[in-house]
Amino acid sequence: MPGSDPPGHPGRTIVVAFIVRRVIAAVLMLAVVSMATFAIFFLIPRALGQTPEGMASRYVGRDATPEAIQGAVKRLHLDDPLIVQYGRFAKGIVAGEDYSLGPKKAECPAPCFGFSFNNNQPVWPTLVDRLPATLSLALGAAVLWLVTGVSIGVVSALKRGSVLDRAAMTVALAGVSLPIYFTGLVSLSVFAYTLGIFPGGGSYTPITENPVMWFQALVLPWITLAFLYAALYARLTRAGMLETMGEDYIRTARAKGLKESTVVTKHALRATLTPILTIFGLDLGLLLGGAVLTESTFSIQGVGKLVIDAIRGNDLPVVLGVTLFAAFFIVLANLIVDILYAVVDPRVRLS
Amino acid sequence: MTSPAPEAFLELRDLRIHFPTEDGLVKSVDGLSYKLERGKTLGIVGESGSGKSVTSLGILGLHKGGRAKISGEIWLDGEELVGASADHVRTLRGKKMAMIFQDPLSAMHPYYSVGAQIVEAYRIHHKVSKAVARKHAIDMLGRVGIPQPDRRVDDFPHQFSGGMRQRAMIAMALSCDPELLIADEPTTALDVTVQAQILDLMTDLQREFNSALIIITHDLGVVAELSDDILVMYGGKCVEYGSAEDIFYRPEHPYTWGLLGSMPRLDREPTERLLPIKGTPPSLINVPSGCAFNPRCVYADRTEGKSTSQVPELLETEGGHLVRCHLPRTERRSIWDNEIKPMMEST
Repeated sequence: MPGSDPPGHPGRTIVVAFIVRRVIAAVLMLAVVSMATFAIFFLIPRALGQTPEGMASRYVGRDATPEAIQGAVKRLHLDDPLIVQYGRFAKGIVAGEDYSLGPKKAECPAPCFGFSFNNNQPVWPTLVDRLPATLSLALGAAVLWLVTGVSIGVVSALKRGSVLDRAAMTVALAGVSLPIYFTGLVSLSVFAYTLGIFPGGGSYTPITENPVMWFQALVLPWITLAFLYAALYARLTRAGMLETMGEDYIRTARAKGLKESTVVTKHALRATLTPILTIFGLDLGLLLGGAVLTESTFSIQGVGKLVIDAIRGNDLPVVLGVTLFAAFFIVLANLIVDILYAVVDPRVRLS
Repeated sequence: MTSPAPEAFLELRDLRIHFPTEDGLVKSVDGLSYKLERGKTLGIVGESGSGKSVTSLGILGLHKGGRAKISGEIWLDGEELVGASADHVRTLRGKKMAMIFQDPLSAMHPYYSVGAQIVEAYRIHHKVSKAVARKHAIDMLGRVGIPQPDRRVDDFPHQFSGGMRQRAMIAMALSCDPELLIADEPTTALDVTVQAQILDLMTDLQREFNSALIIITHDLGVVAELSDDILVMYGGKCVEYGSAEDIFYRPEHPYTWGLLGSMPRLDREPTERLLPIKGTPPSLINVPSGCAFNPRCVYADRTEGKSTSQVPELLETEGGHLVRCHLPRTERRSIWDNEIKPMMEST
């Protein structure tokens, strides 16, 4: 009943239309990203002199005969115009694609991102295989940094100028300045190899196999990754809180006779957290596409480690796959943040 | 230590509110005293930074726990508030005394509906269900003249017009029937046509609730409408206090003359110039020696040098009319009658 909604409460149809519009925009965005990445990986090399034969030789191996290379070019349709190749690539993602690799036919069901240069395996199953590790790392760290970062930021803002505030902000400055491969290695060296409290690098175990091992192996990576972000969030929250606490509506809340704790949580924090929510969504989306440095430092076989290895091995299809995979998470995070923002902040116009 | 409780409903005695800063001590309010009875309206007038708002925030106890150094006494209905605990003053805030702020758009929380904010104010002091409080909120919105209050109650502040927001703000302040209502520049952010409506509304409601009302403004036109008494503040001090008639018809302080002279009036010739006060409000850190107004005062040379050496006392001239000025009374009367009034009324 769109007509009978009271003002201030957007009708259900408006909300649905808003969400549908954002979803369509997100899908279009992904299509554009896929074109751009495809162009970067295939159009630019070709413009710089890469031949279809050169591309095909990556599949066949080092000492390939010209016949074998020509065969690969034919099978993978590498001599087609690039636009046709992109069409096939896009179709593969949506509907799957069958290639004939060698004597036998290779099926590549949707979503098909092609085959790795290095082991001829389809890219998608590898990605799916690596996702749980990245997911475990990113989600655990996200919870940790959101809780600690925001709490430290709030306390710092409320106790502005105190010893606590100065200490917290100094540590936070260190947190945003120190790179993960430094803090990660130091924590490994101290807590794993010297004190032996936590297992060392490369000990990640899937949660389905051994939840205790899973947890123990992830404690140090979580803390290392969360330290960086918590420092950032503490500074953001502190700045936001200081600004919000000076707002007129905070004075109004106090003038009503509200307890200071209610003023802080219900009035100040609510307004401070909204922009932080946006950044949180984007940060988390970015990490789900692979926490490259943390995964490398702790040898966690996640998406980030996969892409680093692929880049080192010049494995274009894998790099392309991970790039699109990461882009998908960022676009998804953006979409969720947009919708949440409209829920949280009534001033966001839906139409 | 404190003197016995006064009979007046609200009484300030030698209130001082100072803020230590890196540049020095800011004496925002420096020895302010006044009384106010139930059902009466006091207008506090002065330029920005004269200490008007700081005083009222001080009465509400909103400086407590901050950097401000407060001394003196604030008596509200037999209770002294400067020495009272922050938590006790909090329980009086909203219920016994409430405040209407200047810019209702920034003074209301953007994320909560107008109704929710009134409900919150009501439920702090009344243990009632949300449904009951909501009915009360709708009731209050209706009483301040918001049409269709049962529908607008769920609107957010940004969906209201400026005048509507100020009405909602008033509804919020009045939701717990406060006995003391402080309105800080209640109409400054509003259109002229809406200003009159809001002022009428406030006086109607004041009569209905028999509350004491303090109106803080830099607009003499506003206080002329509403006030029983007027207090003129300059540099954190009261420079003139009297009934509205005293201030408008027999003002004795050069600063008050300046305020009256810079007020645009319809009954003056359009060609006539306003009579602005020269200079800017004083620094509250390095207050000019002697009379704080002396650098801007046209008549400072008629005080035999006292204006820069001595701080003038706030003295009664007649029947409750107080003036802080070195000029002899006869001199002041003659300046007003012979120099200022003819200029303001000139044809």
